[in-house]
Amino acid sequence: MIHFAVQNSWLIPLMPAIAFAIIVFFLRRTPQASAFFSISCISVSFLLSLGVVAGVLMDPAAVESSVTWFSMPGLTVEMGTLIDPISGMMVFVVSLIALLVQIYSVGYMENDPGYSIYFAYQSLFAMSMLGLVIANNFVQMFVFWELVGLCSYLLIGFWFYKISAREAAKKAFVTNRVGDYGFLLGILFLQIIFGTLNFTDLAQIIPTYANVGLLTVIALLVFTGPIGKSGQFPLHVWLPDAMEGPTPVSALIHAATMVVAGVYLIARAFFLFAAVPTALQVIAYVGGFTALFAATIAITQNDIKRILAYSTLSQLGYMVMALGVGGLTASMFHLMTHAFFKALLFLGAGSVIHALQGKQDIWEMGGLARKMPITTKTFIIGSLALAGIFPLAGFWSKDEILLAAQSNGFTGLYLIGSLVAFLTAFYMFRLVFVAFYGQAKPNNDPHESPAVMTTPLIILGLLSVVGGLVGMPWLSTNFGSYVYFGEAHHGYSLMIMVTSTVIALMGIYLAYLMYYKKTISASAIANRFKAIYTLLYNKYYIDEIYQWGINHIVDGAGRVAYWIDLHVVDGVVNGLAKGTRQSGTILRYLQTGQTQHYGMVLVAAVVVIILLLGLLDPSLGISAWGGGN
Amino acid sequence: MDFITNPGFPYLSVILLTPLVGALALIFVPREEVWTIKAIAAVSTLVSLILSVLIFLAYDQTIGGMQFKEDILWIKDLGVSYSLGVDGISLPLLLLTNLIGFSAVYASWNNKDRVKEFFILLLILITGVMGTFVTRDLFIFLLFYEVVVIPIYIMVIIWGSTKRVTKEYAGMKLTIYLLIGSAFLLAGMIALYVNAYQLTGVRTMDIESLMLVPFTEHFQIIGFLLLGIGFCTLISMWPFHSWSPDGYAGAPTAVSMIHAGVLKKIGGYGLIRIGLFVLPAGAKFWAPLIAVLAVGNVVYAAVICLVQKDLKYVVGYSSVSHMGYVLIGIAALNVISINGAIAQMFAHGVMAALFFAMIGNLYEKSHTRNIPDFGGLANQVPRLAVGFMLAGLASLGLPGLASFPAEFTIFVGAFGVYQVFTIIAISGIIFTAVYILRMLGNVLFGPRQQQWDKLTDLKGPEWVPLIVLGTVLVTFGIFPYLLMDPINTGVTSLFARTGLSTVIGGGF
Repeated sequence: MIHFAVQNSWLIPLMPAIAFAIIVFFLRRTPQASAFFSISCISVSFLLSLGVVAGVLMDPAAVESSVTWFSMPGLTVEMGTLIDPISGMMVFVVSLIALLVQIYSVGYMENDPGYSIYFAYQSLFAMSMLGLVIANNFVQMFVFWELVGLCSYLLIGFWFYKISAREAAKKAFVTNRVGDYGFLLGILFLQIIFGTLNFTDLAQIIPTYANVGLLTVIALLVFTGPIGKSGQFPLHVWLPDAMEGPTPVSALIHAATMVVAGVYLIARAFFLFAAVPTALQVIAYVGGFTALFAATIAITQNDIKRILAYSTLSQLGYMVMALGVGGLTASMFHLMTHAFFKALLFLGAGSVIHALQGKQDIWEMGGLARKMPITTKTFIIGSLALAGIFPLAGFWSKDEILLAAQSNGFTGLYLIGSLVAFLTAFYMFRLVFVAFYGQAKPNNDPHESPAVMTTPLIILGLLSVVGGLVGMPWLSTNFGSYVYFGEAHHGYSLMIMVTSTVIALMGIYLAYLMYYKKTISASAIANRFKAIYTLLYNKYYIDEIYQWGINHIVDGAGRVAYWIDLHVVDGVVNGLAKGTRQSGTILRYLQTGQTQHYGMVLVAAVVVIILLLGLLDPSLGISAWGGGN
Repeated sequence: MDFITNPGFPYLSVILLTPLVGALALIFVPREEVWTIKAIAAVSTLVSLILSVLIFLAYDQTIGGMQFKEDILWIKDLGVSYSLGVDGISLPLLLLTNLIGFSAVYASWNNKDRVKEFFILLLILITGVMGTFVTRDLFIFLLFYEVVVIPIYIMVIIWGSTKRVTKEYAGMKLTIYLLIGSAFLLAGMIALYVNAYQLTGVRTMDIESLMLVPFTEHFQIIGFLLLGIGFCTLISMWPFHSWSPDGYAGAPTAVSMIHAGVLKKIGGYGLIRIGLFVLPAGAKFWAPLIAVLAVGNVVYAAVICLVQKDLKYVVGYSSVSHMGYVLIGIAALNVISINGAIAQMFAHGVMAALFFAMIGNLYEKSHTRNIPDFGGLANQVPRLAVGFMLAGLASLGLPGLASFPAEFTIFVGAFGVYQVFTIIAISGIIFTAVYILRMLGNVLFGPRQQQWDKLTDLKGPEWVPLIVLGTVLVTFGIFPYLLMDPINTGVTSLFARTGLSTVIGGGF
């Protein structure tokens, strides 16, 4: 069974692909059957992924196989599978979260008229994401990278009759396209220089390549892909808007799986980045900046999903930063734990929104703790895990990141990371205290969600508690013994563990004082620092700046080009047509009927023709310029 | 597929002439018998389609070269013969013509105005386009090309529509451009013919024989210029492109489909088959200019798409933009880039035809193509929306649909030769995403609008273009080798003769 799963890992994405096709062609009118079939297929994928994980744990050596997608002299494009500890971990995380989210959706999407097509899209997404993580080459990565982008587009715009959903879907796709443009150029460079896009082959060749300058350019181009997909500054703008989609979609695609594809790409292609320290530094600082930047926005937002979205951006920044400082193990570990607790938080938010008939403003919530006990408990577990409180999952992985930054000499980033940890604890418990423990609103009648929704919450809650233990630094064989680049590192710093916990507790305590005890007035602080608050609340006005650029620069270019087309290009054409007509009118008068005029024209014409022939064929020895050739 | 390789049976003639026979048959059908007229058109194009699928599958890639040959000497003194044959380059384009021809019949199913004349002209048009791809003779090539022009002109001015420009203006503009293009082609071909005779003493119009003639470099440069102007006008190279959006906007659906889908590709096909393979030195001389103008095509036309309001203008300018990729693929002059260019011609043809079919269907029912008039149509006409989405996603080069492998191959091939131009050209993928998603969003998504509640969704024969063209987009998208392998055999075998370097990436 284990051997079978490792050798036939292509079945893992194929199962949901089958589900997609069957639902689209046969089950559109039978919603229950669609959900059942979709969940059955992803369950099979999940079981296979367990086999893959077991196989990888027994033998971490990479297992690769591929078929030719198309080929020609000088270009061979493959589709294949590469199973090693990194992709094994990803296959497990993706299929597990996809399975739980699909089960949860049975309850959440109940009575939605697009129920069948929703599950078709979910299956299409699972297929694309699983195809991405087992890819053994850059083209395949790019193919599924675009397909997960399509699924994101379709699912953000799932309620397509809402203008906000329509615009958010478009924004997501287009912003990602900007990143993909750079990514594609990076791929083309690699293909032209090395003649292959296979990860294993490139990992062999690249360290021996001498032109480090060019390699740095390539690495940065490839990195623009993750900037888009993983919402790094300055292409982060699409992710908060992506919350227009149904909440389970936000949990699966825009928190736990698709958005980490960029982080995964950097890890997968780490042989490229490791060869160019400059690129790694850029990555580290982009990640660190994004982590801080998004966390500062998160503290001012009021929409529960948007707070979580900015939190996701911030955590993605953490993971990217970890890669940049050379902590591949820490990044992948945080990717996994984050998938557990962020999916949990989003599904918990969905449970709340479901109970409040679509309300998303935390100030319209309150008093949910008593009415929704399971949701509240699991949500608090998720928040503690995210804040990095011992011994929950986030504690272990966040510490590894801070340790990697500090021990590799990035003291500035270590401090930024600690500040982000403080902000994270603060905004999460601001959310918890306001939404769950604030004063109950009289016109709300919340009730706990059905078991089909709470069961995934409980499973994810358990994983958020114990999921980090696999990376405990005291274990002789832990997460880092399998997932690493170069050589496995084991180490810990009690100092970092203690300080980061204290920092997180301070964040929680401040939130407690401001939003539960109300001994510190939040509005007074907001008024005191009005300008900063407004700037943060409006997300640094980056959306507005981009919108201005699109309206004035991009569309402006369109208007100019169209004007040129109508008045210059067509102007010449229509002018020529008019000229021809007018010259016809004039040429009428040339028909003089006098033979000597005709004769003169004839001679002139012969001269012209001879000259032209000379141009055509120099062997005739005649040339317009008289010089032979 | 052994049964089909029987050398005695004139498959290509049957494929080529069946629509023409259908047209002749239609002459004898009374004009009231609308159903019979449509049935004859559908059956005759279906026969051609099935046979062209069969020879696509039966073409022997291990042998390569021209297959299914037929030769009948026609004008002995001039060296003109009715000679047919297909290789890996023409095979996909022949299939493309039949896919679109068949779909175009169904896209015109609801036409009520002078049905008989319409289908007669449509069938003649299909035969004419096909003829250019299956002939191996330069004279016959030009003859078929001229055959195409006449039905197009008549169809635009009778069945066309007047929006920004009148259909008379559109028809005239289209025709004059095509004729000016063909005048240059005629001049170039006569020059080829005469020069070849001078050099070899043999009068021939056979393209393969002309490939073997050792034309001087000087002649090749002049010859390629003449042919190039003709073919580049046809493929709507900047700045000879402005017939294309106006022409499509004025034309009836079937003509837009065939014109954008296949007729335009005669330009790219000619540039490769006659321009590049007969006059390689000329191609090498002019290639950098073509590459520059191609970048103009891609980016300039894409940004214009951003500000268009009429659906047909968006797709019209979009096709100008996409032809830029074909042109840059041709200009890069290597096996990879040219494989990509041909695959892109095929993929774009299918996608553009699907787009025009969907727009035509919507226009028939709504009587408008103005994007701001629409919104939320996915509420009322979900099937039509699927068609729009498929065509749109193919247009923006989404993997899984046929255009991705084609564009990727072009990019790889061109990138090794023109780094800067290719980098600029690839930025087109961003602009394309913007205008396509804007158009799809503004037409299909958003709140339900009462005024469109009366729209009926695709049903019965209206399904056919979506099913046929959509299946092709998906099939070749998931299994691109089905398309790439035959193209590659065709290009590789001919490329060896040109003496051009097959190595790319020398710049690094």
